[in-house]
This record gives sequence, structure tokens and C-alpha cells, in this order.
Amino acid sequence: MSDVSAQRLKGRVAFVSGGLRGIGLAVAERYLAEGAEVVLSDLDAEDSAPARDTMARLGQAASYLRADVTSEDDWLRARDLVKDRHGALHILVNNAGTDLTGPVETLALDAWRKIMAINVDGVFLGTKTFVPMMDDSGKAFRGGSSIINISSIMGLVGYSEVSAYNASKGAVRLFTKGIAVEFAQKKMAIRANSIHPGFVLTPLLNAGFQRWVDKGFAEKSSDLVETMAATTPIGRLADPSEIAGAAYFLASEDSSYMTGSEVVVDGGWTAQ
Amino acid sequence: MANRLEGKVALVTGGTSGIGAGAVRRLSAEGAQVVFTGSNEAAAAALVTETGAAFRHHRVQEAASWAGLMADIAATHGRLDIAFANAGVEAGDGSVEDITVEGWNNVLSVNQTGVMLTVQHAIRAMKANPDGPTGSIIVNSSMNAHRAMGNFMAYSVTKAAVVALAKSAAVHCGNKGYRIRVNAILPGVVETALITNLIETGPDPKAARAAYEGMSPLKRMGRVDEIAGLVAYLASDEAAFISGSEYVIDGATTAGMMGV
Repeated sequence: MSDVSAQRLKGRVAFVSGGLRGIGLAVAERYLAEGAEVVLSDLDAEDSAPARDTMARLGQAASYLRADVTSEDDWLRARDLVKDRHGALHILVNNAGTDLTGPVETLALDAWRKIMAINVDGVFLGTKTFVPMMDDSGKAFRGGSSIINISSIMGLVGYSEVSAYNASKGAVRLFTKGIAVEFAQKKMAIRANSIHPGFVLTPLLNAGFQRWVDKGFAEKSSDLVETMAATTPIGRLADPSEIAGAAYFLASEDSSYMTGSEVVVDGGWTAQ
Repeated sequence: MANRLEGKVALVTGGTSGIGAGAVRRLSAEGAQVVFTGSNEAAAAALVTETGAAFRHHRVQEAASWAGLMADIAATHGRLDIAFANAGVEAGDGSVEDITVEGWNNVLSVNQTGVMLTVQHAIRAMKANPDGPTGSIIVNSSMNAHRAMGNFMAYSVTKAAVVALAKSAAVHCGNKGYRIRVNAILPGVVETALITNLIETGPDPKAARAAYEGMSPLKRMGRVDEIAGLVAYLASDEAAFISGSEYVIDGATTAGMMGV
């Protein structure tokens, strides 16, 4: 029988990229509540107000570093910080991401490369950098270490004027399966799964909605929230904490036989 | 997050052994009041003693038997929050070339009609909950929904069918404004008594075990409590935005090419 008590991540160390807001922040908060120590990264400077305020609220078990997920040097710094401060890493949440919308015939190549760099290179580099440490750290647990890559429902189905985002999130989906099979076959103590959130009330979604409002597609962004809610069988958008629940499940021993799986959290959107 | 299921009432079909029994144990441990069904009285009695769950002798495929079971749950508990449509069989199954109509009908009656009746009656019961239509229904499919077996045709067919059933029910509940979620789980090979028995009674138990363990890149079978952990998560309010999903739990068996 698994331990069903609270604080099931006590003794674990987690790294969450894009951790200062949205889903990443909700995941960090949940892991801390379950007893883990958490290192967050984001693009904000370490002495910036968002970083200082958030870290003051999260407390001593959390730490922050500024890191760009597209920079291998930044990932190496992140690894050194985790090693020095904690000596182990059990959970990696490759969450940092950006969106890109527009008709394919007018997408700038630079914009395409930027979204691929953040959403795909970032996941690859984070994984590559931490795999040896996570393999070592995971040997103490039945379920091993856990890599959780945040994809999207847009990594499962196509959507008009979202092709670059579709491509990047589809890449995350299959990269995750590839490493899951690779780690398992090599008997490495790391599982890897992807989470596919539907529409979640995050700053990224709000910014995207605002761009649509600016383009005249809607009068105000709350209209778009209502439209998205209406196309979701559950009838509402998700709160970031509901994605954090899935990220917690995948980090915990409860998911010890899950690797290479897609965890869709979309209120039934892709079931239609 | 201890006792995530405190105050919830759960129904587990086919709960006397295997994954069903694992779910009875786990849901009980997290605080739910569990009613489980099946036909093995001896196994049921032991599980009742161990967990405090209640047992009802019941066959999922018999449509007329459902009213009594649900009336019983309503009278005893006054609500239903969780239904795990788990009962399944493979007796009578075979390849498409060899299967008899009787064998086909037997597998379909339990694995497909039985699951439909479970979901139908669970929704009806959950609709009547005192705090409005709420609940979580979990359908036990299999990775064979995506990778069919040549020698277990009807099993493969029914496990694919119930994924669509779960999605249809999820969309229906959404359309109706019910806060009732429906999801499917797709386990890989799980070391249940059924599988252990197949291994040990075969001509070469060692080779059979190696074959089952070798299907997953993890080189082991899943454990019953590992599947029960996923059931408990989907049953809990933590999964409040999850509906219409199919969760594969197979140690990466279907993430790549089996054995390559």
C-alpha cells in the first residue's frame, strides 16, 4: 500500500522552469505544500520585484535563479546551483513556454525559431542537463525520478493560426515518449510523462486573448474566456492549481508505473 | 491531502480480486465508503474484513439487477461519488477466426454492456446527490485498446469500445451541465492473480514470466497498487478538470515499439 498521508514529497528536490507565474508557480506551490524543496527559474532578474515578492512568499524551501531555458550555459548554472544547494534532483518540470499565433504564410522565420527554441530546445536542454543527477537521485525510490514536460492540448490536435505552437507542443509530446523508452530500456531511474492542459487561466492565456482583442477578434478578453468555456464540456476554464494536481501525481510514487504517458487535463475538450 | 476521499461513497465493480480489489483497498484507505461487487464470496468476505468495505453479489451484465444495487447504495449511503467500472472477463475469447458467437457475446456482455450499465446507473445515481450532480466515473480499459491482441479479439475490441464510451459520457455530462467526470484508464500488463495463474499453469512458467515482464521497457509488470493510485487520483477532487481523458499506465509499453 502506498503512503496516502500528506507531504508525500518530503525529501525530494524539484526544479520548475517558468516558475514565477501561471502553471509553473502553481506547481511550485503544490510541491512546497507536499514537503519538497523547490528551485524555480524564470526570465526575471533575481533582484526584480516579481522574483523577490514571490520568493518571500514561498519561504525558505524555495530558491530562485534567473535562467533562459534556451541557453545551455544557464542550464549548467542551474545544475551547479541545485548540486551545491541540495546535492540531488528528483523532479524536473519543463514548464517554461511561450505561444505564437498567426497565419502560417505570414509567420516570420525568426518568430518560428524563437518558439521552437523556448518550447522545444528548452525541454531538451533541461532534460539533457539534469539526467545524470536525476538518475543517481532516483535510485532510492521505486518510481525513480520524474521528468514532467508541459505540452498542451495543442500538442494533440491542430488549431487554426496556432501551427507553430502546435508543432512545438507536438514535439514535446513525442520527445517525452522517446526519453521514457530510452531511460526505461537503459534501466535508468527516471520516468518521463507529458501533461496536456486545456485552457487554463494564466497570464500567458490572458496575454494571448489581449492580442486577439487588439486585432479586433473580440470586444474584450472576458468574452474570449466565455467562448473558451463554452467549447469545453466541463463548461469552464481550469485554475492553474488543477494542472499542479496532475504535476503532483506524476511526481509522486503513486505514478510509479507511468512513463511515456500523456496526462490530458482539459475538461473534456479533446474528447469531443 | 490525506484522506482525499473522506465523505465520498464509491462503487467498484469486479472488486473481489486484481485491480478491483486494489482499488477497494486504496479508496477505503483514503477515507471513502466503498461498495464492491462480484461473485467470489470467499474472496469478498476476506476483503470486507480487511477494509471495512461492503460487498454485494452482483453481475454487471444483468440489466435488471442494477435497480436493486443502486437502491441499496442510496438507502445505505444517500449518495454516490465514485464509480469504478472495472469488471471484465476474457472467458470464451479467441482469434477472429476461431471465436464462437457464445464466446464473443460473453466477453461483450461483461466488458461492454456491463460497463455501459455501470456508467449509466452511476450517472443516474450521481445526478440525485444532495449537493447536485457531481461525481467521478473511471472506466478500466486496457492498453489493448490501442494495441490489439490477435488471440484475444473480443477483449481488444471491447477495451477500445469503452474508451469511446467514456468520452461520449464525459461530453454528455458536460453538455447537461452535470459536474460528473468520466475518464478511462489503460493499464499495461499488471501482475494480478489472473496473470500469475496464467504464468504458473503454462508449460514454461519462467519463459512466460519473462515474456510478460519484457513487454514494458521497464522490464516488469505493473503492480495492482500502482493502478489503484491512478484510480484514487481520478476519483479525487484534485482531478476536477479532468474528463474525457484516457490515461495510459503501462511503463512505456505503448510509447514505443514493443521490445525494440
